[in-house]
Amino acid sequence: MNKPDVGILIVDDEFSVRDSLSRWFKEDGYRVGTAENATEALKIMQEQSWDIALVDIKMPGMSGLELQRRIKEIDKNIVVIIITAYASVESAVQALKEGAFDYVTKPVDPDDLSHLIRNAIKQRMLAAENILLRTKIEELSKLDEIIGESPQIKKVMELIKTVAQTDATVMIRGESGTGKELVARAIHANSNRRYFPLIPVNCGSIPEGLLESELFGHEKGAFTGAQYRRKGKFEMANGGTIFFDEIGNVTMKLQVDLLRVIETKQFTRLGGEQAIHVDFRIICATNKNLEKAVEDGTFREDLYYRLNVFTIFLPPLRERRSDIPLLAQHFLRKYAYSMNKSISSISPEALDLLIRYDWPGNVRELQNAIERAMVVGKPPAIRAEDLPFQLSSRLKVAEADSLAEVEREHIINILDRTGWNITRAAEILKIDRVTLYHKIEKYGLKR
Amino acid sequence: MSPVALVPIGNVSDKLLQRLEKTIREIFRLPVSLLPLPTDPALAYDPYRNQYNSTLLLSVLLKSKTDRQAKILGVTEYDLFVPVLSYVFGEAQLNGAAAVVSSFRLKPELYGLPAQPALVESRLEKEAVHELGHTFGLIHCNDTRCVMHSSSYAEEIDFKDKSPCSSCLLELLSKELFAAERSPR
Repeated sequence: MNKPDVGILIVDDEFSVRDSLSRWFKEDGYRVGTAENATEALKIMQEQSWDIALVDIKMPGMSGLELQRRIKEIDKNIVVIIITAYASVESAVQALKEGAFDYVTKPVDPDDLSHLIRNAIKQRMLAAENILLRTKIEELSKLDEIIGESPQIKKVMELIKTVAQTDATVMIRGESGTGKELVARAIHANSNRRYFPLIPVNCGSIPEGLLESELFGHEKGAFTGAQYRRKGKFEMANGGTIFFDEIGNVTMKLQVDLLRVIETKQFTRLGGEQAIHVDFRIICATNKNLEKAVEDGTFREDLYYRLNVFTIFLPPLRERRSDIPLLAQHFLRKYAYSMNKSISSISPEALDLLIRYDWPGNVRELQNAIERAMVVGKPPAIRAEDLPFQLSSRLKVAEADSLAEVEREHIINILDRTGWNITRAAEILKIDRVTLYHKIEKYGLKR
Repeated sequence: MSPVALVPIGNVSDKLLQRLEKTIREIFRLPVSLLPLPTDPALAYDPYRNQYNSTLLLSVLLKSKTDRQAKILGVTEYDLFVPVLSYVFGEAQLNGAAAVVSSFRLKPELYGLPAQPALVESRLEKEAVHELGHTFGLIHCNDTRCVMHSSSYAEEIDFKDKSPCSSCLLELLSKELFAAERSPR
């Protein structure tokens, strides 16, 4: 017999109407309030919250129409149902135009009244759910997921806030694992488009033949296997944001198509003729050197300029080492909760290793390292030996005898640390790239 | 003492009254007595609508109730209404003393179907328990099989049992009247 707490306010100057409706709704378990005129109704509205107001359209003093306006000023989501006699249907229609949910003509069929109230409750619950979801979206918009106190990451947050309010195309540049998608989500969540979808498209993971259909959709029978009409990502992103990850991996043919859609904001589905207009914002991300790709002729210059309107560079983790403790602690809390483990800290030795490591895979690699450490580690703290890197290499160096062996192991360590980024490894080793290549060849090192 | 009084309003067959008396006794486990209606029900008649105002009938019923009865249930063939609704099958005072049920809208012939007197009796029996349930404070139940489920058209009543569901029954048993009737004397 659990009934939701639904409050119904009945406003009618006729006692018999108030009385019979009140009895009727009380039997249904609803909370019922009654008022014999608009003044009393407004007073009750101020004292308590109501979900549905049944308002007689003809009352002495303030009319039902005017009362509806005043009630909506107090609670814009309240569901108003107008009660009317046959003669005043015209005013009821006017009330509907002004936002009344429905109207009933006295005497009303009990079955109709029951249906009407059930629908009104559904409407009220949907409105409440909508408010709740909007609040949750607002909460998500607070950039909580981007963690760090370093000047570099603070600058990124500032840029996100600045560009989010505009409709400008954003290009996010950064190494793999730096959190480009997170930034795209933050931009969307802080934009005016946040109540519409964010549609991610990973240009690197969808086979070329499928990407066109993924983006533009297709009509039934457009190709073998197209049994139904299907909406593409552009159509799904209507009103919201489309996020192209790994934009540097798009083929030349698709680059032409993309450019056309970006310029005209319209396209046709595969196998279709009808032009579809869409409104979307573009955010793209890449870890490739697009300028070089333009130079090499593998990325269209016109598309590059279309996309490269506002750029956010995400620094690699090794360039914001001061954020590592915060990030590590964040992931630790996250996995301690999901794995239900009582590991609550990181030992000073482990933290030292985390800070000194170069993180070629950036934040994603750090996250994976903490996840692994949480699996193998024991309470109360993550120890250095729980971490997946460094120790084995260190031991190898310690165990090596000859200078050549030490050099070989050290080069392996640095290459591993930098994710085999030759330029970066050469910088750390303080030798030039050619010398490093020679040493790699000499020691027969492989990735 | 008979906590529940059954009052015929207009023509109600003895057979039907006996059936209702038995059902109420079985379901509510309370003694039931038959009472005549001392006041003319015509004062509840609305010539404009050609129906009886059920709220006024409740007042009439209350006048015939003595201190010896806790609840009073009127049974009638008259078509009932409350001012804002076009008709009702019955009406009750929630947590009060009086209730009334009518067989008028329960008859298949009203909807162009062949008459089925047994079906009407069964429907009226359920609506009598339903309205009496309201006087004990029971509200409408979401369980479609429960007698306290709200029915606004006659066929809906046929899906219901004549008894309350377990949760409504528990609610009913918690009422003071039942506790008093069942306590050892």
